[in-house]
Amino acid sequence: MEIPKSFLGYKRENGRAGTRNHVIILPVDDISNACAEAVANNIKGTIALPHSYGRLQFGADLELHFRTMIGTGCNPNVAAVIVIGIEPKWTKKIVDGIAKTGKPVEGFHIERTGDIGTTMKASKKAQEFVMWASEKQREECPLSDLWISVKCGESDTTSGLAANPTVGNLMDKLEPLGVHLCFGETSELTGAEKVCATRGATKEASEKFMNTWNAYNDFILKEATDDLSESQPTAGNIAGGLTTIEEKAFGNFQKIGNCKFIDVLEPAEEPTKGKGLYFMDTSSAAAECVTLQAAAGFNIHLFPTGQGNIVGNPIEPVVKLTANPLTVKGMGEHIDCDVSKILSREMNLSEAGDELIKTTIRVANGRLTCAEALGHKEFVMTKLYRSA
Amino acid sequence: MATDIIIHDKKDNVGVVVIEKITPKQDCSCWIMEDDSTVDIQSLDEIPLGHKIAMVDLNEGDTILKYGHDIGKVVKSTKKGEHVHVHNVKTKKW
Repeated sequence: MEIPKSFLGYKRENGRAGTRNHVIILPVDDISNACAEAVANNIKGTIALPHSYGRLQFGADLELHFRTMIGTGCNPNVAAVIVIGIEPKWTKKIVDGIAKTGKPVEGFHIERTGDIGTTMKASKKAQEFVMWASEKQREECPLSDLWISVKCGESDTTSGLAANPTVGNLMDKLEPLGVHLCFGETSELTGAEKVCATRGATKEASEKFMNTWNAYNDFILKEATDDLSESQPTAGNIAGGLTTIEEKAFGNFQKIGNCKFIDVLEPAEEPTKGKGLYFMDTSSAAAECVTLQAAAGFNIHLFPTGQGNIVGNPIEPVVKLTANPLTVKGMGEHIDCDVSKILSREMNLSEAGDELIKTTIRVANGRLTCAEALGHKEFVMTKLYRSA
Repeated sequence: MATDIIIHDKKDNVGVVVIEKITPKQDCSCWIMEDDSTVDIQSLDEIPLGHKIAMVDLNEGDTILKYGHDIGKVVKSTKKGEHVHVHNVKTKKW
């Protein structure tokens, strides 16, 4: 198949391109969710991103909170942002971070004004933003403007046999075309970590990966009270035939094909070494991982599943694929790309990779994903430790 | 003959059932992805889609190989053709 050279995206002020054109209402903290949701309810075409944290955090945990907030606002799938927080200082910090992209952003704080007054002021600005954004047109963008993140979930053995290698095949074909790629799930590489480390493009990248994996594994061993059965692998993984974390890890690892990673990113850290594959230190929980990858600037996500994970994200479209024919049959409304014919050998891996490329470009051009049509907007902040 | 079981690597001692289920005493055709070869096996258990079958007799302490790599240890001896899962294999990690 000849791979298309371009897609139709929204060109942003900073040179990036979006696959979506969202106007988001971003609460800085948990107690500002109600106001953010009130604004999104008032002004049609905007979306609120409620979440559970943002108060009394400190140190690396607070830095991650800001990085995730600012990164989400900076994502090219977002046209404009309203930031609402309880206090002015942290609200302004996030507004200033997003403003560097050149996109419209304005902050409001609730103290001394209350929810109702803040909702009114923020709604007026949100209306202005959404009407401005509604005139933006999709334009032809080079394929290299795609930043593709990947993560698998509710995996089973069909994931490692077919769905994950399909993603790997896509990576092998798109990496030479200059796209950015990102995989994560530090804990779910356990058992395959040494093999994964050999896929660093440089000695430095390999060492950075091993240090990252060792730190995560030490944390798990410290906190574990049992053998983690039903946490890793999950009950769903086990029902699907996955027996151990090592088996899950080698299946997971198929997603990067033959690519080598050029750098290891902190959670929600934007890649800065140019095109190519990155590893990001993330939780293996679906919504947390996708939220971090979206905050790093990735604009389309590929999500292979076995037993049928249903996750979505409010700003980054999540494309689902599966090779499990029972999942296609039972919950087809969640599956954007069916590669189950690989198991019956009616389709080979390269054909499956081509199908996934076609689906990815259609979604980049604006076709809704199943998760978008079904209203999945899971926005989950990663919290590193207890608040002060 | 259609493929009932897929094996990733020639070295693997387990295969994955890729039809809805296999039943005891079923003659199954296995496809080895690595070198595109085929082997046959007779099952001893009923094994559902996605679950593993032992391709050889496995003794307690043996290593399970899948993708050509170590994915855990045998904790209960298992005969060729039997179901391989959490009842007879455990992680070496956590």
